[in-house]
Amino acid sequence: MMKAATLLAAEEGSNPLIPHTFELVVGIFSFFVVLFVVGRLLVPRIQKTLAERTDAIEGGIKRAEEAQAEAQNLQKQYREQLAEARQEAGRLREEAREQAAQIRAELREEAQAEARRLVDAAHAQIEADRQAAFTQLRAEIGRLSTDLAGRIVGESLEDEARQRRVVDRFLDELESSNAQAVR
Amino acid sequence: MITLTAPAEDQFKAPSPDELFTFSPIINGVDWFTKPVLLALLSSVVVIWFCWAAFGSPKIVPRGVQNVAEYGYMFVRDQVARPFLGKDADRWMGLLVTLFFMVLLWNIMGVIPVVQFPVASHIAFPAVLAGSIYVLKVYLGIKHQGAVGYFKNMMFPPGLPKGIYLLLAPIEFLSNLIIAPFTHAVRLFANMFAGHMLLAFFSMVGFWFLFEKLTPLGAGVGVVGVIMTIIFTGFELFIQFLQAFLFAMLAAMYIGGSLHAEH
Repeated sequence: MMKAATLLAAEEGSNPLIPHTFELVVGIFSFFVVLFVVGRLLVPRIQKTLAERTDAIEGGIKRAEEAQAEAQNLQKQYREQLAEARQEAGRLREEAREQAAQIRAELREEAQAEARRLVDAAHAQIEADRQAAFTQLRAEIGRLSTDLAGRIVGESLEDEARQRRVVDRFLDELESSNAQAVR
Repeated sequence: MITLTAPAEDQFKAPSPDELFTFSPIINGVDWFTKPVLLALLSSVVVIWFCWAAFGSPKIVPRGVQNVAEYGYMFVRDQVARPFLGKDADRWMGLLVTLFFMVLLWNIMGVIPVVQFPVASHIAFPAVLAGSIYVLKVYLGIKHQGAVGYFKNMMFPPGLPKGIYLLLAPIEFLSNLIIAPFTHAVRLFANMFAGHMLLAFFSMVGFWFLFEKLTPLGAGVGVVGVIMTIIFTGFELFIQFLQAFLFAMLAAMYIGGSLHAEH
């Protein structure tokens, strides 16, 4: 039996296209063992790991995108706030300037009014003084003129009433001519 | 390579396939336990060990061996599974990764120093894989397209003039159900077989002319043999990878063809 198998093996060996029976058995055995261990047990594991890795990478990318979006959002927000603050500052500055101008105008107006008031008062005073001086002068001139005229003309002009009338007429003429000259 | 005149003792003799591919049992009396069998078992152990180290408890951030194995996994997924299986790719990754890694290791055994025997150069091993794929292919085809539909889609693809089917139907039947599994296995086997022959031949030339029978004239031939051995080892490594890729790719193609009727 053993001898027959050996002979058969030797005979088979001469034709490389005819498989050896025991090699077929060993081939099937080793193929299915490897197929079970590698194909059935190990490959699913690496497939799971690869899927997890893909998830991890995609998750990482997604997280990064989210963070970037948030950062951009924040930046936009800050920019808006900054613009708003700038606008506010500008507005305040403008307001202050307006206020300052207003205050200045008010002060100027007040000062002008005060000045006008002073000038008016001075004018009034001057007018009053002039009036007083004029009144006094009028009496004085009248007296002096009558004195002088009396002395020149004599007793005829002693009469009080006539004297006053003459003097008044004279003075009125004088005043009107005077006023015309002033004008 | 049997010459009519028996070669003299001191004459170079190219290695014959019998010498290269026939092994006596490693342990006397245990007939089945030969070098290819040992290497096939060893390959399985290495693939399992490697994948266990890499994918046993995989990390989100890969380190060390997981990086290397993931590279292989990605390669199979992106170059083999997805182009042929589309959205079904992930379901069949287990099988395709197993096929690719196993065939790759079987082949690479051919250039690993001391080991130096590609397991796939014994037809039994590719045949087992190709046969399994074939059974799976027919099973999936009948399951997804129905017994009649599967054969109808295979032999009578729509949209051709009636007369063509007379010619096409038997050809399609033959190529899909009889030739395809055969070429699937033989393509891998023949590549490994020829590669091993070439490597053995050139290294034998180098060894013979430089060590066994060193002569002034023969030394040059020996040097050429050594250089060719080095070049062909690199070339073999490429072929070994390519064949593993191709084997897994064809498997994916057959599975894809069974899941969805081809157009």
